[in-house]
Amino acid sequence: MTAVTDRQKLQYIAAKAADARVNVELETEGMTLNIGPQHPATHGTLRIVARLDGEQVISAEPVAGYMHRGYEKLSEVRTYPQVTTLVNRIDWLGSFANEVPFILAAEQLMGIEAPPRAQWIRTLLFEMSRIANLVLFLGDMGVQLGAVTPTFYAFRDREFVLNQIERVTGGRFHPNFDRIGGLKDDLPKGWIADTKAVMEKVREFCDEIEELFMNAEIFAERTRGIGVIPPDVAMQYGVSGSNARASGIDWDLRRDAPIGLVYPELDWKVWTHPDGDSFARFWVRLQEVREATRMIDQICDGLPSGPIMAKVPRIIKVPEGEAWISTENPLGEMGYYVVSKGDLTPFRLKIRSASFNNVSITPWLLRGVYVPDIITILASLYFILGDIDR
Amino acid sequence: MTDETSTAPADDAAVEEEVERDELREELLASFTDALGDSLVGSHILPGKDLWIRVHPEAWREAAEVARNRLGARYFCFLSAIDWMPSPFGRSLDSEVDKQLAGEEGPAEEPVIEQGYAGGETRFQVFARVARVGEPNRFWGVTLKADVPDDTMAAHSWTEVYAGADWHEREAWEMFGITFVGHPGLRHIYLPSEFEGHPLRKDYPLVSRMVKPWPGIVDVEQFPGEDDEGDGSDSEGSGS
Repeated sequence: MTAVTDRQKLQYIAAKAADARVNVELETEGMTLNIGPQHPATHGTLRIVARLDGEQVISAEPVAGYMHRGYEKLSEVRTYPQVTTLVNRIDWLGSFANEVPFILAAEQLMGIEAPPRAQWIRTLLFEMSRIANLVLFLGDMGVQLGAVTPTFYAFRDREFVLNQIERVTGGRFHPNFDRIGGLKDDLPKGWIADTKAVMEKVREFCDEIEELFMNAEIFAERTRGIGVIPPDVAMQYGVSGSNARASGIDWDLRRDAPIGLVYPELDWKVWTHPDGDSFARFWVRLQEVREATRMIDQICDGLPSGPIMAKVPRIIKVPEGEAWISTENPLGEMGYYVVSKGDLTPFRLKIRSASFNNVSITPWLLRGVYVPDIITILASLYFILGDIDR
Repeated sequence: MTDETSTAPADDAAVEEEVERDELREELLASFTDALGDSLVGSHILPGKDLWIRVHPEAWREAAEVARNRLGARYFCFLSAIDWMPSPFGRSLDSEVDKQLAGEEGPAEEPVIEQGYAGGETRFQVFARVARVGEPNRFWGVTLKADVPDDTMAAHSWTEVYAGADWHEREAWEMFGITFVGHPGLRHIYLPSEFEGHPLRKDYPLVSRMVKPWPGIVDVEQFPGEDDEGDGSDSEGSGS
């Protein structure tokens, strides 16, 4: 850990020295570059205002809020079952994963536990949304570097995963399938065999991507040693998920706090990478997609039979109390702090979304980098705008 | 909903089984008490689940330092605030707005402010969550709370302890109107800079809520056979 900190220190000193040199020798004037809010490289409407000195960023300020929908306020006038419709739209690439922590928090307050089969299917769909989400990242990373092919591969193979999700839930992007006490429906007939075939396809996709990226010199040049986040800084800013694991933090809520999901019963591994650069973030996500396909295979084999819904009153009133539940979503730690006053609606719902924290590190991270690296660093941090703006 | 440092309300028979105590969290609470002394004014443990600690407003920053530097909770999860005043709008079905819509006069009750776990005395509270991460099997998190004095509406900023608190405090500032002393730049983060009001305060009306019946009304209306009139004619949820 100290080694990385030293390196970071050196990098910082070098950046400062470069600033001073440029300013003194060339007497350049700074320039303000506005990136976004609508720019292809910003994944939505994140705007970045960068102060430049030549090609170097002196300071970068992300401006969020172009898509703020006020879910925390809206959920105060929605019943608990209605809130899942809202939270579906936070991270829209892995929607099902957004519902799970909220439902688990409500279940904890009500003292209900979903039946085993529901927990298994929840875990299954949770990992499916992870694949649907991260596959797109793997392709998108190429676009940010000027390689278009991986994106087409990603969209092609994500479609198979989305089809499987649609067959169960009826929705490609917004399943709204999780219920307090269980799930809306059971799996359709023949689904499991098809899913296994799809997982095989996803693994092939991972091999393709690995071949395309890992041997490409340009990719290594543009990502190795770029945008290094030391573990201590990552933790201070609340960077979580794959980004944290790429900085060498051995932390995965699926292993460390597997509330209501069946991860302890599966055989899988938490991948970490010591470097903390853009390359590491890409590599960790690639391994996580592979790991997720392995988990899905195991769940398909071990799925217990039984009911998928616990006994739940028709009108759901959640007893007074407070609950915090977070899960390891595709983008990082996603959690809900639910305060209930015994009503039909949450009294207060604090949504802790992963991208908000992951992006809040950018002013620190982009200081001193070169303009083209802004794009790769942002791409490797991987955020979804709905997950920042909520 | 108890405060004070005692944890197990042993009056409930159902609690019998939960008497398996939460040693990890009790130890954690002990170390916090050790470090903060009298500044720790309330706590709550849900065995096997979570720990809440409330500190004196003056010790809000110190609590962060203790958590981070002494106990190793170097991971900053989030920081936000709660307005404990019951909302005059949309708290439940019998809220004043619904009564006005239905043409009844609601009895103007004085709202009773009732704080949650670990207690409290003021209408607003800041709360934050930090965790110790990075070592398998030694993961824990804690929710810290502090009252926000009604007259100053200010709390100490955490930005010097956890750099990531920056954006969260900006959000809490614009949503609740709580000033964070020592924050490098309290600016709007989501809302336009000319925005007036603090939307997450309970007395800030949600406009779509004022012009449409309560979106949840469809869930509780009576079945066709047993009703008299049913006011759920226009009851589909208001789309966002």
